[in-house]
Parts: sequence; C-alpha cells; structure tokens
Amino acid sequence: MKCRKCPGKAVLSIPRHNTALCSPCLTEYAHAQVERAIGREKMCTKEDKILVAVSGGKDSLALWDMLRKLGYQADGLYVDLGIGQYSIRSREKAEAFAESRNATLFTQDATPDESIGIRELADLVRRPTCATCGCIKRYQFNRTAVDQDYDVLATGHNLDDEAARLMGNVLHWQQEFLEKQSPVLPASMEGFAKKIKPLYRLTEREIAAYCVVNSIDYIVQDCPMATGSRLLVYKEALNVIEQASPGSKQSFYWGFLDQQRKKAKSDQPSISDQDRATLHPCEECGQPTSATICSYCKLMAKAKIHQKVS
Amino acid sequence: MIIHLSQPDRNLELQGPKQVKVILKELKIVAETVLVIRDDGLLTEDEMVRDSDSIEIRPVISGGA
Ligand SMILES: [Zn+2]
Ligand SMILES: [Zn+2]
Repeated sequence: MKCRKCPGKAVLSIPRHNTALCSPCLTEYAHAQVERAIGREKMCTKEDKILVAVSGGKDSLALWDMLRKLGYQADGLYVDLGIGQYSIRSREKAEAFAESRNATLFTQDATPDESIGIRELADLVRRPTCATCGCIKRYQFNRTAVDQDYDVLATGHNLDDEAARLMGNVLHWQQEFLEKQSPVLPASMEGFAKKIKPLYRLTEREIAAYCVVNSIDYIVQDCPMATGSRLLVYKEALNVIEQASPGSKQSFYWGFLDQQRKKAKSDQPSISDQDRATLHPCEECGQPTSATICSYCKLMAKAKIHQKVS
Repeated sequence: MIIHLSQPDRNLELQGPKQVKVILKELKIVAETVLVIRDDGLLTEDEMVRDSDSIEIRPVISGGA
C-alpha cells in the first residue's frame, strides 16, 4: 500500500479518512490533529504551563511527546496506584520516557500508606476499584495542578474513550454527565484546574501507531483492574460498527459536540455558572466539592477507620 | 508463521504465506482494534506475511477511563 501524501510506503490505513500514511506522514497527521484540537477548542497556548496525567500507557505518553514536539511547556504527573507488577512496569515506562527526553515527571503514591494499594483500599471501603481509582487520580491531578501553579491539566483521552463514554451516557440517559463530556472543562472556580483532552480527534489505533513509529516505549498490557469493564464493551461494539461503516465513531462524538455548541449559544447556564452555584471548598482539604467533605477525603477517612479496626 | 498475541500473552502458528487481512479474518480479530507488527515495523492489511515470519498482533484498546 502506498502513502496517499507522498511516494513512501504506507504503514497505516485510516479508513475513516479514506487514507493511508507512511511513518513521517502519520506523525505529521497526528500533530496536525492535536494542533487542530487545541486551536478549535481554545485549549491552551504556548505560554501556558501544562501538566500531563501520565500512566505509562500509549495515550498519555504520545500526548506528552506531541505537546513537547509542538513547542508546548508540558510536564508529567504519574500516580502510583500500587497494582502489583502493572504499576511497577508502567511507572518504569513513564520514568524512562521522562529521563530519555529530559522532561520533568512528578510521581505520587495513590494511597498514604505504601503497604496498601488501590485494590485493598477499594475493598476496605467496599467500592469498585475503578471508581476508587478514578476518584483518587482526579483528586491528585487536580491538587498538583493547582498547588504547582499549572494553568492546564491535560489527559490522554482519545476518540474511542470519548465515543464509548458517550455511548454509555446515552444508553442510560445520564443527562448531567452528558453536559460535562466536552474536550475542555474550564477552570470553573478557584481550586479547579482547567482540563483538556487534546487527543479527542485521534483513535486509539492511530495513537498506538504513532508510538510504534516514534519509538515510544509504552506499557502494552492493560490495567488488570479494567478487565471486563463496561467501557470495553462499548468500545468493542463501536469498533464493530466502525469496521462496517468507517467514520461512525467520529460522527457520533463530534456530532454530539456540535449539538452541545449550538446549545451553549442559546441562553443556558454554563458549566462554570452551575459549578459556582453548587461547589464550595471541602472542609477537610479545601478542594471544590458539592458536599461538606469531598469524596476523596471521605474515602480516606473510611480507609483509616477500617485500618484501625483490622 | 509465528503469531504473538497479548492479553493473555501467547504464541500461535499459522501456515503462510498469508495476507494480513486474511490472518485477522481467520482469527476473528477486528482490524480497528489491533496493530500488526513485524520487526518493529507496522504492516498494512494488504501486506503478505511469509511462512518464516514472526509477527505481533498488538491490541490497542484499553479499558481504564
Ligand atoms: Zn507519506
Ligand atoms: Zn477533601
């Protein structure tokens, strides 16, 4: 197969764009999509300090790589969840990436006590591991971004992630989640970092290919806790549809974003307005929450009580 | 040919030569969910894999949100 842009040999076909690209053209394509995402959604500028949520997987490392190559000031934060070999290996990948590129990486432990990982913590509070993990990661990333004076927090969510999440939210008509499914969430109030998803225009397959072509060594193994997750079921379904009808994933998610934009133009309260009305500082830690005490502090309090008992 | 698959890690053998597209079809793998790699290089679906080749079929779908 030949590259559609130059005389080179194609390494990846991209049916949704009816194209096939060689290694340099694939890299150029990925960079252009990220630049377009950033520009269109007014995500950040080259003056902003960006903190990238790094997991050691393909998405976050590709994102970090691209932001740096495009001239953005991007540092990384890795949260160690203490999930056995998976965490050890993914941390190694994140650290090796940072070291070889002379990039700044912060690392943090998810739980205050090194002897218990996220799995044990989730068991203690009797909540699903992924929900506990999500709560802790959101907290640590937001906290670090705000404490270290970063302007923007960037995550590696891609088109597949967003389309799958949208499918879940639509299937269950979760209106309040639908409203927050934008590639940009503003720093709606003091204590909340602005959040951006610069990879929302790229599929997982394109991002993985970008990593292979650019020698980015990432952890291929998926988080063992995610096995059988609902999100994976939606992704599988969407990929079957995509195979039969290329472009379905992007028209599903991007079409949704267009609708949201139209809605925003009419006079509905913005996310910032809603947040300001419902959120206030947590009594324990000062991070924004809609309750008296934020879900992270509640989680940690429960974990402490259980530890004392056991 | 030897095919390396992940999650769980395992190897399997198929008789070559065969086109990538055909290999994926025989293994009932949706092309959109994997990359096919030979010697650190990506293979497009029309590429031929020889009987003496080793390839990796690498999943690209991750489940964490
Ligand atoms: Zn080319
Ligand atoms: Zn709190």
